[in-house]
Amino acid sequence: MTELLRIEDLRVAFSTRAGTVDALHGVSLSLEKGQTLGLVGESGSGKSVTAYAITRLLDRAGKITGGRILFRGTDVTRVPERDLRALRGAAMSMIFQNPRAALNPIRSVGDQIADAIRAHRDLSKKEARAQALDLLKAVLIRDPETRLDAYPHELSGGMCQRIMIAMAIACEPDLLIADEPTTGLDVTTQKTVMDLLARITADRGMAMVLITHDLGLAAQYCRDIVVMERGRIVESGETRALFSDPQHPYTRRLIAASPTPRSTVEDLARAAQEAGEVLPPIAATPRPAPEPGTPPLLEVRNLIKDYGAPTRAVDDVSFSIPRGGSLGLVGESGSGKSTLSRLICRLIDKTDGDVIFDGEAIGGIPARDFHRAPQRRDIQIVFQDPNDSLNPRFSAFDSIAHPLRTLEGLRDGATLKARVEEAAQRSGLPPELLTRFPHQLSGGQKARVGIARAIALRPRLLVLDEPTAALDVSVQAIILNLLDRLRREDGMAFLFVSHDLNVVRMMCERVVVLRLGKVVEEGSGHSLFANPQSAYTRELLAAIPHFDPAPVPVQA
Amino acid sequence: MSATLRHAGWVMRGNPVTALAIAGVALLVLVAILAPWITPYDPIASSVAEALRPPSAAHLFGTDQLGRDILSRLIMATRLDLMIAASAVILSFAAGAVIGAFCGYRGGTLDRVVGRVVDVLMAFPLFVLAMAMVAALGNRVENIVIATAIINLPFYIRFARAEVNIRRDAGWVEAARAGGEGHLAIVLRFLLPNVLPAMAVQISLNLGWAILNAAGLSFIGLGVTAPTPEWGIMVAEGARFITAGQWWLVAFPGLALMLTVLCFNLMGDGLRDILDPRMRT
Repeated sequence: MTELLRIEDLRVAFSTRAGTVDALHGVSLSLEKGQTLGLVGESGSGKSVTAYAITRLLDRAGKITGGRILFRGTDVTRVPERDLRALRGAAMSMIFQNPRAALNPIRSVGDQIADAIRAHRDLSKKEARAQALDLLKAVLIRDPETRLDAYPHELSGGMCQRIMIAMAIACEPDLLIADEPTTGLDVTTQKTVMDLLARITADRGMAMVLITHDLGLAAQYCRDIVVMERGRIVESGETRALFSDPQHPYTRRLIAASPTPRSTVEDLARAAQEAGEVLPPIAATPRPAPEPGTPPLLEVRNLIKDYGAPTRAVDDVSFSIPRGGSLGLVGESGSGKSTLSRLICRLIDKTDGDVIFDGEAIGGIPARDFHRAPQRRDIQIVFQDPNDSLNPRFSAFDSIAHPLRTLEGLRDGATLKARVEEAAQRSGLPPELLTRFPHQLSGGQKARVGIARAIALRPRLLVLDEPTAALDVSVQAIILNLLDRLRREDGMAFLFVSHDLNVVRMMCERVVVLRLGKVVEEGSGHSLFANPQSAYTRELLAAIPHFDPAPVPVQA
Repeated sequence: MSATLRHAGWVMRGNPVTALAIAGVALLVLVAILAPWITPYDPIASSVAEALRPPSAAHLFGTDQLGRDILSRLIMATRLDLMIAASAVILSFAAGAVIGAFCGYRGGTLDRVVGRVVDVLMAFPLFVLAMAMVAALGNRVENIVIATAIINLPFYIRFARAEVNIRRDAGWVEAARAGGEGHLAIVLRFLLPNVLPAMAVQISLNLGWAILNAAGLSFIGLGVTAPTPEWGIMVAEGARFITAGQWWLVAFPGLALMLTVLCFNLMGDGLRDILDPRMRT
């Protein structure tokens, strides 16, 4: 095998307001022709910086301060800017994380592919268009003749990513760098896109560097894996060997923190402890178990939400959650799970059906008046994106104190302070962070503020809308473990909304699978996994990438 | 507070023009406040013997056709012009931000009605509208303020509406609702404070524009009347003497107007960087 890419002791630094920050501290790796390499790590590990350095696409603040990047024997770090253009696209190309943002919204996708071809080859417009059509066929786009003239907004996220793949392979590069190519796509779409990518690179003998935070994905599609942490490579090796016998503690932690079909919350707790998470002893006395025969805490009856679109966002959904119980809502984008969680939180109004909380019908109270309803403090919600769910002008203290002030009428004083600090402590948020503003907190810390705010009132039902979707796996492990503890401490009921079946199975006793607003399947977490009844659930389960027991071979 | 100051210092070190503009505005405000005590001469006392003297040691900026000291008149005029501009902008900002924020939050009929009214207001040539209003309401300083406020109102309404609209469904607004907050408080205590930094830029740009507007109205003889010192009137009166070579009657008030507007405009951009908490690290 001939070596295609060799990186020797690569160092990259970014100049920021606080001075120069080193992003890569001497990264070395090599890649053969046609090899697939997975670059895994969490945010801040430097995996994307490595990719941008290879293509010399670092932004102005980033500088390669040392080392060499040998691509087909030439040192990319020394190539003058004008020669780079011949290299990019033709010899190496890149697929970006957000396909919609990477495509020009006002040009048809066919023109954009043709542009990519004509940038490197002297072809007429007609010839380029014919090639673009071939490429669309290669990336398995249905009805390619008409899609050639489509604009990015007319295509789904998965299709946009296929267009990006078509552009990236247009000039038959030797190296394809895919930077989180399927983040933000549904699992089933992820599977089709990744299968396609794997087949194309194998067919055309391209080498691929797959950058991802998802260990399962890397394991399934890459021959070798490089694990990065804080700008350093901590471990590398052949995929199966690396996963069966990880050497570095960080790799072990990462593997332990990744939810698998068999992992339990206790596994996550261990991963959390290894990461140095110290949780306070159980603070509250659990609520007494409900008497047999008491009505469920929450009952959703034939709930419908119609936005006037051809299909209803939520279409005749019924389920119930017992006191202190936990129910998972799973579905892909457009399944109506977020709408449903907002209906139950009474942030939006239903079209029909009812929501019964603790024996009282609350579906009829208009959402705009629900803030005055007595049930407001009993139903709280943790939002998906911790960056978006905190008021930028409120300190962490004010964010957590807000519901206590409005719903319990606590004014500034020792009681309020004590309650806020207690909620923060139970959420694992150090008290010294309470004076900080959201932009001064990390993603995991913001998630904790969001959780502390929701549990401060000791609600009886906590709705969790993808609470960990925006977090790194190790942070996710800690947060999930924390949520599970809180539920047991307080006897809260959970409605856990997620696209991640593994997470839902760990966290919930019962699971409801939604598709296009309808309930596809309902059952206990374990039976749903062991013996899925509907074809859709089976498809969902099959699409989740695994890294154990052994990498599943790629279907061609 | 000290963090804000540190941050402001950082922004100004990176962008000295902002620092210069802020210093300029501060100087203007200081001059306006101290005006009655720092004028070397009585700004309205005329002395025919001293008429039309070019700049000299005794009269730094020269004297006008009635022998009044131009520097003293400029200083007194700073006070009047800044006051007109500031009151007009504060009025339209306060009303516009609240109206716009409610429209952006509620949407629906209220939003549509207010939106069309704003469209109608903006369809008029704004200066002509201001002229008509002053003419109709009466030739007084208060009416210049009201007219300037009204013609500025549409911009604030639109701005606040758009900024609130994009934040209306943000997670932290939903969180506030889940926290039991009423709609009025969400608009006033959650949304408006988040919109203010962006609006501060608008305010600063608008102050310059309002000064020009007030000066323009006086220039054509509306609002402030002679012998009150005001930049627009001074330019209007001095214009007759340019052809005779007595340039200082026009040049100094004109320069004052230009520098003031420039300072406010430059300050606008710097303010955005200073007031936005996300720019801090």
